Amino acid sequence: MAKKIATREAYGNALAELGEIDKNIVVLDADLSKSTKTDAFKKKFPERHINMGIAEANMMSTAAGIASCGKTVFASSFAVFAAGRAFEQIRNSICYPKLNVKIGATHAGISVGEDGGSHQAVEDIAIMRALPGMVVLSPCDAEESKQAVFAAAKYDGPVYLRFGRLAVEPVYEEGKCPFELGKGITLREGKDVTVVTTGLMVQESLAAADILKSKGIEAGVIDIHTIKPLDREIIKRAAGATGKIVTVEEHNIFGGLGSAVAEVIAEEAPAKLLRIGLNDEFGKSGTPAALLEEYGLNAEKIAEKIEKFVK
Amino acid sequence: MTVKELELTACRIRRDILTEVFNAKSGHPGGSLSIADILAVLYFKEMNINPQDPQDPDRDRFVLSKGHCAPALYAALAHRGFFPTEDLPTLRKIDSYLQGHPDMRKVPGVDMSTGSLGQGICAANGMAMAAKLDGKNYRVYTVLGDGELEEGQVWEAAMFAPHYKLDNLTAFIDLNLLQIDGDVRKVMNPTPVDKKFEAFGWNVISICAHNYEEITEAIEKAKQTKGKPTVIICSSTKGKGVSFMENEASWHGSAPDEEQYNLAVAEIDAKIKELEGEING
Repeated sequence: MAKKIATREAYGNALAELGEIDKNIVVLDADLSKSTKTDAFKKKFPERHINMGIAEANMMSTAAGIASCGKTVFASSFAVFAAGRAFEQIRNSICYPKLNVKIGATHAGISVGEDGGSHQAVEDIAIMRALPGMVVLSPCDAEESKQAVFAAAKYDGPVYLRFGRLAVEPVYEEGKCPFELGKGITLREGKDVTVVTTGLMVQESLAAADILKSKGIEAGVIDIHTIKPLDREIIKRAAGATGKIVTVEEHNIFGGLGSAVAEVIAEEAPAKLLRIGLNDEFGKSGTPAALLEEYGLNAEKIAEKIEKFVK
Repeated sequence: MTVKELELTACRIRRDILTEVFNAKSGHPGGSLSIADILAVLYFKEMNINPQDPQDPDRDRFVLSKGHCAPALYAALAHRGFFPTEDLPTLRKIDSYLQGHPDMRKVPGVDMSTGSLGQGICAANGMAMAAKLDGKNYRVYTVLGDGELEEGQVWEAAMFAPHYKLDNLTAFIDLNLLQIDGDVRKVMNPTPVDKKFEAFGWNVISICAHNYEEITEAIEKAKQTKGKPTVIICSSTKGKGVSFMENEASWHGSAPDEEQYNLAVAEIDAKIKELEGEING
């Protein structure tokens, strides 16, 4: 079995690698560089890593000022504080003037675990997606995270990157993720139902598809690493092919991937839809595995729900 | 530029503030009038800027942290040659590039989009930090309102700038002591402002916001101060230059009607005529 790596760790490593190539990269952190893993960049480029202290609002507006002088800025914190506490700074200082700031938000979703509901962002995709012009990326493993970081750096404008705390198995081999900003990736074909998923739920959905196969249900799986702009074509094709779409995300079912997919289906490609995610509830303390089980977001529970939906 | 010429420039800025807000039928005249002298000194004496090249990477930067006073900034920029003064009356109109609050993507010479209070000083910090990172010697100026000091984010920024020794940053506080709901000391008292910034590690200078020698001297002192940022606390009169608007909180965010506009402009025109006479001998 390949080594498990958290997407936040891949984020830090990607920044360190990117820093070599692009001297214009500046990284800000709010006293969490050991957790967001931007310390990997800090070790190599201490002069380009700025600790903002525990002050996320200031971090976002300062990032905007630095970016206005021609720099590419990655501003990092936990998703709850990045997207939540500093929302209006992201809106007015970064998105309104379309400045080149990338928000590296780690510890998203309930798989944060023991820290509990106060620290588990389940609404960040919804609020970032609603910001005009904001690109929203949610990679599933180390390789895809690296690709996402490099794509974000290349893109001129604000980008929100969502990473997890938990170490996860790789979906893609090194150098073999066909990442293209705004394009979904079909990981598995299936004639009965299509699972459209993102982030750490990609691995669970793939495992769920294995379980379903043993029960005679052929489930396709699509990895949506770019939630905005969404790959509408891949959703439309899936809707046409199977007529049944299931979205799976570590996020409230309101406003996230499920809602984005529902918009496409309602407007352009009628199909039956099931949204799997947090059912308008906060998370709580526990091990990541126990939480995913309790909230119905592990492979077994996902498979159960899909089986019921398909029949 | 001589003191008289600066005074004349500030009068013209004030006249245009009134014209902008009158034509828009909305906007913020009180706080715009109180910073006209500071902007005259910055844009016509101190700042290294080129209206022909508003994006020059080596230019000095200005961030209007109290973004609602856009009419003052636009008037200063127009008189400095960034865009035609004839466009000023289009402020806030549907087809105008002159947005209700400063928009760096639409208005030549605006270095940062502002309007949400507390964020501008942080962006100014970022610009000063970028200069340090790039080894450039441009300077960054920002103007905050005293009511704005009630935003917690200002104090995050106040901690940041001395921590990173941003001696290329100069912040002005427009201490006119009035905000929308009245006296700042009654709404949510930010005073003593000087002692707070001193405690945060800033070089603090207190001046009169309408005295050109004091403004110029304070900026010089800021340039000579190494290792820490400077804050210039400017005691000002809200509505300065229009007698019936002075020290009246009600003029924070409302436009004059035609009669009031004519009265206000007549007062400023008289001052302009007097100054032109003195300058031209």
